[in-house]
Amino acid sequence: MAFLSDLLVNLWNWIAVQLDQFLPSWATALVMLFAAAVVIVVFLLLTVMFLTLLERKVVARIADRIGPNRVGPFGLLQPIADTLKLIIKENTEPAKADHPVFRLAPAVVATAALMPYAVIPFGRGMVGSDVNIGVLYVISISSLTVIAVLMAGWGGGNKYGVLGGMRAVAQMFSFEVPLALSIGSVALLTGSLSLVAITEAQRKLWLIVAQPIAFLVYLLCGAAEANRAPFDIPEAESELVAGYHVEYSGVRFAFFYMAEYINMFTTSAMATILFLGGWQGPFVERVPILSIAYFLAKVYGLVFLMIWVRATFPRLRIDQLLDLSWKVLLPLALMNLLVTAVVDKVAAQVRLSSTLTIGVFWGSNLVLVGVVALVLYLSYRRKRARGLNPHYQIHWH
Amino acid sequence: MLKTQTITLNLGPQHPSTHGLFRMVLTMDGETIVCLRPVFGYLHRGIEKLAETRTYLQNIPLTDRLDYICSMTNNLAYVIAVEKLAGIEVPERAEYIRVIMAEFTRVVNHLVAIGALLNDLGTFFTPMLYCLRERERILDLFEMTCGARMTCNYMRFGGVAADLPEEFVPQAREVIAGLYYWVDDLERLLTANEILLVRLQGIGVLPRELAINGSVTGPTLRASGVPYDVRKAKPYSIYDRFDFKIPTLDEGDCYARYLIRLAEIRQSLHILEQALQDLPPGEVQTKVSRLLRPPPGDAYACTESPKGELGFYLVSDGGISPYRFHVRAPTLINLTVLPDLVRGLRIPDLVAIIGSIDIVMGEIDR
Amino acid sequence: MLSDYVFIGLFAIVAAIFPFAGFAVSYLVRPKRPDPVKSDVYECGMKPIGEAWVQFKVQYYLYALIFVIFDVMSVFLFPWAVAYHTLGLYALVEMCIFLGILVGGLIYAWRKGALRWV
Repeated sequence: MAFLSDLLVNLWNWIAVQLDQFLPSWATALVMLFAAAVVIVVFLLLTVMFLTLLERKVVARIADRIGPNRVGPFGLLQPIADTLKLIIKENTEPAKADHPVFRLAPAVVATAALMPYAVIPFGRGMVGSDVNIGVLYVISISSLTVIAVLMAGWGGGNKYGVLGGMRAVAQMFSFEVPLALSIGSVALLTGSLSLVAITEAQRKLWLIVAQPIAFLVYLLCGAAEANRAPFDIPEAESELVAGYHVEYSGVRFAFFYMAEYINMFTTSAMATILFLGGWQGPFVERVPILSIAYFLAKVYGLVFLMIWVRATFPRLRIDQLLDLSWKVLLPLALMNLLVTAVVDKVAAQVRLSSTLTIGVFWGSNLVLVGVVALVLYLSYRRKRARGLNPHYQIHWH
Repeated sequence: MLKTQTITLNLGPQHPSTHGLFRMVLTMDGETIVCLRPVFGYLHRGIEKLAETRTYLQNIPLTDRLDYICSMTNNLAYVIAVEKLAGIEVPERAEYIRVIMAEFTRVVNHLVAIGALLNDLGTFFTPMLYCLRERERILDLFEMTCGARMTCNYMRFGGVAADLPEEFVPQAREVIAGLYYWVDDLERLLTANEILLVRLQGIGVLPRELAINGSVTGPTLRASGVPYDVRKAKPYSIYDRFDFKIPTLDEGDCYARYLIRLAEIRQSLHILEQALQDLPPGEVQTKVSRLLRPPPGDAYACTESPKGELGFYLVSDGGISPYRFHVRAPTLINLTVLPDLVRGLRIPDLVAIIGSIDIVMGEIDR
Repeated sequence: MLSDYVFIGLFAIVAAIFPFAGFAVSYLVRPKRPDPVKSDVYECGMKPIGEAWVQFKVQYYLYALIFVIFDVMSVFLFPWAVAYHTLGLYALVEMCIFLGILVGGLIYAWRKGALRWV
């Protein structure tokens, strides 16, 4: 029973013990680490393949369609068919392209998308590497994507690609700043940058309760970083055809596609760890294998939210997008960080009980929301005075 | 500021949001459009010339292929022109059926226009598919009546090709009731959407004077505050018997063009209810020779097609085919204001403007 | 401590090998029939006019410049946030001053119109 309750971790340790019998210990450690890396990568690949199916199914249901249902039962084999098709497809490459850059970009984007998972805790005791700067590592790796996207857009020698790449750079840079700030307040409350420690710190209460604004800012910025709708302007198909990956086909395109879905999964996973308690949930102490189920359930909840948004909303224009980042989210995240710091210090000085502290956080967040709503309303009034009328009057003749 | 080079970009012919094969040569400074040069003709099939070698009756299917979304109104405009040329009377029941079909076509067109506009704005097909789903219900009615869904070829000189089947009227009533409900639903989804507002309001403002000087017609004109609708201004068929209103808006931007279409859908449904109520019994076609030889002369008939004023100018030399066959295509003329609308805007705005003008290349290139 | 980073290094290697393995598999099974039209740059079916690699609009770089400032800020911010509970009131005041300077910079850029897309 004890073995089953923590099946995955125990299985892992058992394999390690078996290996230890005929390998030197350093070799066992190396093999196990290598195996862990391969397992995580394969898990991600399967996840991504079925995320594409999930997205198509959910979007189809929202749009009152059925979605893929021809390949296998419920279209379950559709992702495999897609993958095979992309692998055996010819890779076209423009003669005018900057060939090394063009060929390297998909590899860079795939590597950058996979690397954050080295530190992400999937469950209790199920983490590749619990480094003490996990959050910083994830942020810095995910900004590598920007470079790959710019390489792809510029390297193809295509004008749509260049425009898409430029948009991607402006957008990802702009949203990186509020993203870092919203994580800053989490680091402040938990006193750590290790993802495992942040998860552990939320045993009693998820941080979304104390930091609702930071959660929203993080989710918006994460969607923008992952190029998800309504922030998918670098690859807006109705404007730039496909944006930065317009010249790619076959397996190279497959890696861009894969990276996009992994990034969506990463954003959801990070939001889960930072704000929704990661793998925490009832009975995790007694039955640790539940933790991975909790984690995946929360992540898929957020993924579903992102798909839902994509199926519902039009996309913004680049200037509106950058305005949102610099003029709304950045001041909001800054204020949130300052308020969090002040409230935290005051609560510690006055020795408030922890429930009361949470209440004060809630209150301060509400005040912040109120202030922002007021500022937005005032600027909206000003715009209206300049002629932007929200309620058009229809005349009847 | 550093020196910036402009780039020249072909938007189209093979592009997702040019609604067919339309090419725009853009000169751009970064994302800002400095100059736009439209290039037509990728879908040119020589319909006007072709029509001169075919009989008057054989030309009706050609008009289906002009604006392939609303074939019924194209048929209608053409047969009215021929009837004017040859002096043919139309039975009353046929006139009612024509109005019913024309107004259903208007609803179909506006649904497709709104759906395509939302697609251009980047919604991942959801509103588009909702619109197409409702359109299918109307196409079912078309199929029931004339056997075809898109290229209907239904109107005839002196009437319509076939009488309505028995179950048409109850099913049409059902469709109309469903559409009333569904248009409200669509409005709840879209009209107050913040992203839609910022993407459409104040974009592509077509001033009243420019609209009149550019001879723009249809919803695009009415969104700029000119209450001109051929159905009211020069009533044809039996439109003078129905109670309906012409909506206009003063703003003239993309959002106004979107709102005007929703308002017109509701007005069309109102006309449809009246027409179904008053539908008289009787003949649906007067006897007209299949090899029609109109007396020498010319005739111009204009109708309010869903996209604007659709006119046919026919010259007869007394033979079996028209001597001259000219189409006043509303979207071609509406499109002429495009370069003025987009100057200084960005690519996403351009896409929204094209979507809100509602073009169909089949009609522009002919 | 160091072994943590060994795993990250190993993972990076696996993650880097993986796309190249994909390329290799695809290279073995895919057709290779280039022709001049196929290897033309896509521009909606037309021959491209002019070059894509031009001196691009400076607006995009302005955002990148402001970003660099704020990114450096976040580098300072994270150690401060992590150690916040162990530091006294002094840390709060100090960070307020630091952020105040940055916000001043943001407001300056805003007023100058660097954040206005043209």
